Amino acid sequence: MESPKTTETLASPGLDPMLPRPFVLKSIEQENVDTWTLELEAVDADGDLAFEPGQFNMVYRLGVGEVPISISSDPTRPERLLHTIRSVGAVTGGLCAMKPGEILGLRGPFGNAWPVSLAHDSDLVFVAGGIGLAPLRPAIYQVLSERRRYGRVVILYGARSAGDMIFAEELETWRGRFDLDVQVTVDHATGDWFGHVGVVTTLIPRAGFDPTHTVAMVCGPEVMMRFTVRSLVDRGVASEGIYLSMERNMKCAVGFCGHCQFGPSFICKDGPVFSLPRVERWLDTREV
Amino acid sequence: METLDRSGIDALLTALRERGFTVLGPTVRDRAIVYDELRSTADLPVGVTDEQAAGSYRLTHRGDDALFGYTVGPHSWKRWLHPPLVRLLRITPEEGGQGFTADSSDPGARRWAFVGVRACELAAIGIQDRVFLDGPAVDPVYDARRRGVFVVAVNCAQAGGTCFCASMDAGPRAREGFDLALTEVVDDDRHYFLVEDGSPEGREVLAALPSRLATADEVKTADRILESAASSMGRSLEMDGLPEILGRGYDSPRWEKVATRCLSCTNCTMVCPTCFCSTVEDVNDLADGAAERWRRWDSCFTTEFSYLHGGSVRTSVSSRYRQWLTHKLGTWIEQFGSPGCVGCGRCITWCPVGIDLTEEAAALRESDRALHA
Ligand SMILES: Cc1cc2nc3c(=O)[nH]c(=O)nc-3n(C[C@H](O)[C@H](O)[C@H](O)COP(=O)(O)OP(=O)(O)OC[C@H]3O[C@@H](n4cnc5c(N)ncnc54)[C@H](O)[C@@H]3O)c2cc1C
Ligand code: SF4
Ligand code: SF4
Repeated sequence: MESPKTTETLASPGLDPMLPRPFVLKSIEQENVDTWTLELEAVDADGDLAFEPGQFNMVYRLGVGEVPISISSDPTRPERLLHTIRSVGAVTGGLCAMKPGEILGLRGPFGNAWPVSLAHDSDLVFVAGGIGLAPLRPAIYQVLSERRRYGRVVILYGARSAGDMIFAEELETWRGRFDLDVQVTVDHATGDWFGHVGVVTTLIPRAGFDPTHTVAMVCGPEVMMRFTVRSLVDRGVASEGIYLSMERNMKCAVGFCGHCQFGPSFICKDGPVFSLPRVERWLDTREV
Repeated sequence: METLDRSGIDALLTALRERGFTVLGPTVRDRAIVYDELRSTADLPVGVTDEQAAGSYRLTHRGDDALFGYTVGPHSWKRWLHPPLVRLLRITPEEGGQGFTADSSDPGARRWAFVGVRACELAAIGIQDRVFLDGPAVDPVYDARRRGVFVVAVNCAQAGGTCFCASMDAGPRAREGFDLALTEVVDDDRHYFLVEDGSPEGREVLAALPSRLATADEVKTADRILESAASSMGRSLEMDGLPEILGRGYDSPRWEKVATRCLSCTNCTMVCPTCFCSTVEDVNDLADGAAERWRRWDSCFTTEFSYLHGGSVRTSVSSRYRQWLTHKLGTWIEQFGSPGCVGCGRCITWCPVGIDLTEEAAALRESDRALHA
């Protein structure tokens, strides 16, 4: 079983891993009722911005607090740095209320990456729920930038309702491509929704991929991931080929604060991306 | 091995101070032996000993003038290396909103000499070294504080009622990681210390003290004392196979049982010399618009510890006790190469309801045997 590799960018000795770098909010765009995408630009223009798909930053709103947020932009164009944030509390709410030109702090990137190259020559299925599409989007961009190296590429996306979707226009564009199979479902249909209704797992049995040659990348609420991996395994996907991005409370992102432990793993430095066999046992146990 | 008279300890404290160290060591305060600055050996708990049991701690008189005739109290050296509350950053926005400057200096750092460090505590410092220094990232607060420390270890001449360092291969004799190590001998007619040096700086300090070469008899006496300490441990813990037992015991009914007693008070994690978890709090300086980030000890026994929006992951006390014990004695090994426990017994002594991890581990082993026999 190959585990995704970790990049050691900030975490090299001599650098204070808790020290944020100043960034300016370049633009902010509303995705839906509670989610915004923030474009950030380093104040020290020559700083390195390279990242791998699946990595996250600690985003710091001065005086309010700091939270882990995945990078949602294109890793092949690192100069354009995006974070897509759902406003659920003090810090995320504070970040989503910022105005262009305002300053915030950033540490990172942290964590390991989606193992995109592992899927070369096989089918690839992305399964996302809600805001979970944000951490997957860089992997999708990466794959699209070298599309011919993959077999069939499927994106399955579930949202609570049509209005809760993120990246709706982009999904629309992707759906128009001949080399991508994009399927979207909502838990609850409202008047103007004519698409599929039901949780995202209902899309798995008939989706167009060959389960014996498929790598799956899954991100969404923990319950959604639990049911999704079950459906994928039922369909015949090998558990070694299933990857998920885990989430726990996190204060430092470098293994000091202890908050993000999940069984023997630290989500921050061993993850956030795990192969199913590494986390299966804990995923199935309550309150780990 | 050298020998130092009782008065040589005063000379040691003076020598350390003259070399620029702030000297910290055990002293009696509020009916407990805590660590604080030492001005002279008179500040040490002279002639005092401690009686420890699950949920109880009491100081009494020994009937002699021993300087180190007790074991460990509620404090540990992590108070200085990984302080309970420390400012990580002070961020000041720049004029015109063009960024900010960040000050991450730690004014609390000193060159400390820790006097009276027990073998288990040395092992605990070694464990925190691996957490904070061995990467991938290095904690600058811990690093700066740790680097200059001069360690005067004291080998334990007696084991405490809740001690089990021998089970954890962490004592009672200090084997490495010290600059000087003392073994105290209080005979009917003599009171002296055997001194071993463990570093070039330790050798230098020792050279300046009124010591002489130890006799074979003195060395033998000290060995005998340490052997008897090793065989009089108040507790024991069988580590063999325990990580695997804990790993498959997540559904054991024992967790519910201990949860009926555990108050989730966090005492065990606060007194533990290896527990390292922390949280970060944000503070605003209204006067000049600066923002500060402070790191504070945290505990896996609180509900907030595992908070995600929508609720905490570990809402039940049983899941929190399980997280603590499986981490200490199981998953820690996978993470850092050793258990997160050195057998100091603090968590047993300072638990208000006397929960004993050695007893819990033994019970989990027992029910595992019943299930998997
Ligand atoms: C690796 C990783 C990547 C993430 N990527 C994204 C993303 O791309 N977009 C996005 O909107 N959200 C993401 N999250 C979740 C996001 O970090 C939380 O929503 C955020 O921490 C909530 O903070 P708050 O102060 O707004 O909420 P509050 O509810 O006020 O939170 C209080 C504190 O609890 C902790 N906390 C609460 N919820 C979470 C949570 N879900 N995860 C971790 N810590 C939490 C935080 O430390 C926070 O300071 C990610 C989380 C992780 C671990
Ligand atoms: S778990 Fe208990 S006995 Fe072990 S090191 Fe911590 S306080 Fe000491
Ligand atoms: S085990 Fe004891 S000390 Fe630890 S939280 Fe429970 S009651 Fe408190």
